[in-house]
Amino acid sequence: MKALKDLIDNKLMPPFKEGGKLHKFWPIPDSLDTFAFVPGHVTKSGSHIRDGIDMKRTMFMVIVALIPCLLFGMYNVGYQHYMAMGVTATFGDMFLFGALKVLPLVIVSYGVGLGIEFIFCIVKSHAINEGFLVSGMLIPLCMPVDVPLWMVGVATAFAVVIGKEVFGGTGMNILNVALTARAFLFFAYPTEMSGNKVWINTAGDGKPVDGYTGETLLAKATTTPVSEFTDTAGNAYASVNASFMDAIYGFVPGSVGETSVIAILIGAGLLLWTGIGSWRIMLSAVAGGAVMGLIFNLVGPAYFPDNTFLALPWWYHLAIGGFMFGVVFMATDPVTASQTASGKYIYGFLIGFLAILIRTVNPAYPEGVMMAILFMNVMAPMIDHYVIEANIKRRMNRLKVKTA
Amino acid sequence: MSKTIKIRKGVDIKLVGEAEKAKSQINRPEIFAVKPTDFHNLTPKMVVREGDEVKAGTVLFHDKYNEAIKFTSPVSGEVVEIRRGEKRRILEVRILADKEPSAIDFGAGDPGSMSREQVVEKLLNSGLWTAIRQRPFSTIANPEDHPKSIFVSAVNTAPLGADLNFICQDHISELQAGLDAMARLCDGSIHFQVAADPEKSKAFQGLKNIQLNKVSGPHPAGNVGVQIHQLDPLNKGELIWYVTPSHLITIGRLFKEGKYNPACTLALVGSEVTEPKYFDTWYGAPVKPMIKGRLKDGDLRIISGNVLTGDKIDSEGFVGFYHTEVSVIPEGHEPQFFLTEGWLSPGLHKFSLSHSFPSWLMPGKKYRLNTNLNGEERAFVVTGEMEKVFPFDIYPMQLVKSIMMNDIDMMEKLGIYEVDSEDFALCEFVCTSKIEIQRIVRQGLDTIQKEFA
Repeated sequence: MKALKDLIDNKLMPPFKEGGKLHKFWPIPDSLDTFAFVPGHVTKSGSHIRDGIDMKRTMFMVIVALIPCLLFGMYNVGYQHYMAMGVTATFGDMFLFGALKVLPLVIVSYGVGLGIEFIFCIVKSHAINEGFLVSGMLIPLCMPVDVPLWMVGVATAFAVVIGKEVFGGTGMNILNVALTARAFLFFAYPTEMSGNKVWINTAGDGKPVDGYTGETLLAKATTTPVSEFTDTAGNAYASVNASFMDAIYGFVPGSVGETSVIAILIGAGLLLWTGIGSWRIMLSAVAGGAVMGLIFNLVGPAYFPDNTFLALPWWYHLAIGGFMFGVVFMATDPVTASQTASGKYIYGFLIGFLAILIRTVNPAYPEGVMMAILFMNVMAPMIDHYVIEANIKRRMNRLKVKTA
Repeated sequence: MSKTIKIRKGVDIKLVGEAEKAKSQINRPEIFAVKPTDFHNLTPKMVVREGDEVKAGTVLFHDKYNEAIKFTSPVSGEVVEIRRGEKRRILEVRILADKEPSAIDFGAGDPGSMSREQVVEKLLNSGLWTAIRQRPFSTIANPEDHPKSIFVSAVNTAPLGADLNFICQDHISELQAGLDAMARLCDGSIHFQVAADPEKSKAFQGLKNIQLNKVSGPHPAGNVGVQIHQLDPLNKGELIWYVTPSHLITIGRLFKEGKYNPACTLALVGSEVTEPKYFDTWYGAPVKPMIKGRLKDGDLRIISGNVLTGDKIDSEGFVGFYHTEVSVIPEGHEPQFFLTEGWLSPGLHKFSLSHSFPSWLMPGKKYRLNTNLNGEERAFVVTGEMEKVFPFDIYPMQLVKSIMMNDIDMMEKLGIYEVDSEDFALCEFVCTSKIEIQRIVRQGLDTIQKEFA
């Protein structure tokens, strides 16, 4: 390792040091150096010892938590493709097909995002922040597989520049960066982000099978009772339980990383185990979603018998669409979520509650998680404000009692 | 009415190098020093010059803005150097000690039979008033103020903190005299906190004139700020004074002997100490006689105080006035390869509150931590980590941010009067973004103090 350190210090760094030809580009080699070696920076004031955790490890843990979703997403892209085309394929074929479709999304997302981050670092002359390491993975995972690569690039650029850097960079943004990218595409290019044609790649291998529609389960739920759901190839499910289990395993159409509840829960387990993801937000968001679903289940059939979406069982809502993915990986973004413990309960609950509300009553689009999280991102400071005000009030009351 | 406080938020950082319960003697050093830098926001005005002869108790300098607060020599001898730093700031007043010590006689007397004025005068003249600090701001108390209560924490929960029960057990009568003196200064209670574990508070059980409270829980349970918050919370406009048990013993001696006797006991601790134990020494003594021949080789950091709040000193430096231990840990200048020792390593030798390291699975393990930041400074990202180690009904991150924004109104509302930088030491320790939180809190307190001066 000493050889590598010497190589970085003596060969790579000199032109970028003060007075060197390339000094203004110092954040680039510095990022490589600090990636490979934790710097020998020591404490100067205050606590002489420090916790072993740093931002790199924190962010990397989230990336590790996303890997099950990424790998399953790759497999499912291939699985959905071959199922839609009626072609029998091996696991390897499916995974390879998916990987070839998903990896370019990941590469474009990281390439564009980190490129812009570096430009900002060079202009502002500060070290690279680790924030985009997670955003760069989340962006491709919340996209439909067929989204054009240039759109991913544009959306990533928009999210990094407008969603983050104009606010001051990592830690300063108001909106979740990955969801900002997704929302940008959703509003700018709705035909590439919704409908029935974007979730399954049907290029090559002839024509799709007769029963194929390309709908997600969410889209089906707007028009079809849950008992009549069909799979990608148009085959009717044996029971509600069978379609629900498909949604749990993730063998359904959807954005790349959102389909498998099991993969998401593996990631959630890691985030909760390490303490990096807020259990308060996850728990309350699931509770919020369940409550809203339950309310619709109780009220829907009685007052709106024609609306099949309201009758979709509340527990089904939690398994389909981007609900779990959003709750586990987007809502728990510490920068854009509520920062107080009590606030996290309120914030999480309202995300779940609003996600199902928007999902079911919005006639244009059968999903609401993205909107709910972005809306609550905006509301999070207000929630914190009132939580903190309550704390201030307690202190003021104590003073009043003293002086009374 | 005694109370029991159970602290749940916090963490005990277990480090290698706890002091063995044994005392060693060191030879009386030649040079002693009084450091104005030990006292927050003090602007010293020199009374003596280089070459002046002094006795133990002779005034060396006083507070420029309150002449009553005097700082006296711990030993008799000659003022050999007034060491200055940037902008001629006085860093140390060094005294070459006489072979035959002599001291000013301030007159012995039972503080219980004295008036408040007499007690205050004796403490001011002897220089021992400086042992009494106030909350808010953690500055030397103003003798004209009347605090609502006085706090003494006889429980030290800091990593490798000196065992105050062990330090005080042979000096209980002096400690009692010191407490009797404190009782004259305040109409309210003298809150004396001890460890809930009777084994760790045996020495203090017979003390009188106090409200004996029991404290249990992880660090920062021993911090006086935490105890004030739990027992007698501070509001704007109120004052609480606090003293350490070690200083109370010195104050007690003043009343018993009539002289400023600077003898004290310090713990030499840390992973880089070959035999961590206690030493009978003196206030103002250099650290060298304690550490000589007792440290391991390598690049070391010597800290006057504990590893969370102490001051870095060099091997020729002097122990701080308020400190009860000297900690020695390795410096962490070596870069760490990310896979073997760095951010992606298994981290078996790293302590963390994050469960991404295995330290939480080994609760009994003691660590040899160095001074490496283990990362680089970043903006605040992670939330909720400070709250786990901050046992106050205060939002730490929001308070720190209000200080960074210099929002005085918000600082007040968020409870800055109740905290000191030491209360944020663990917040700084756990901070993923490696932000110097203690420095920021101190800056906030200084801002408020200036604003309302």
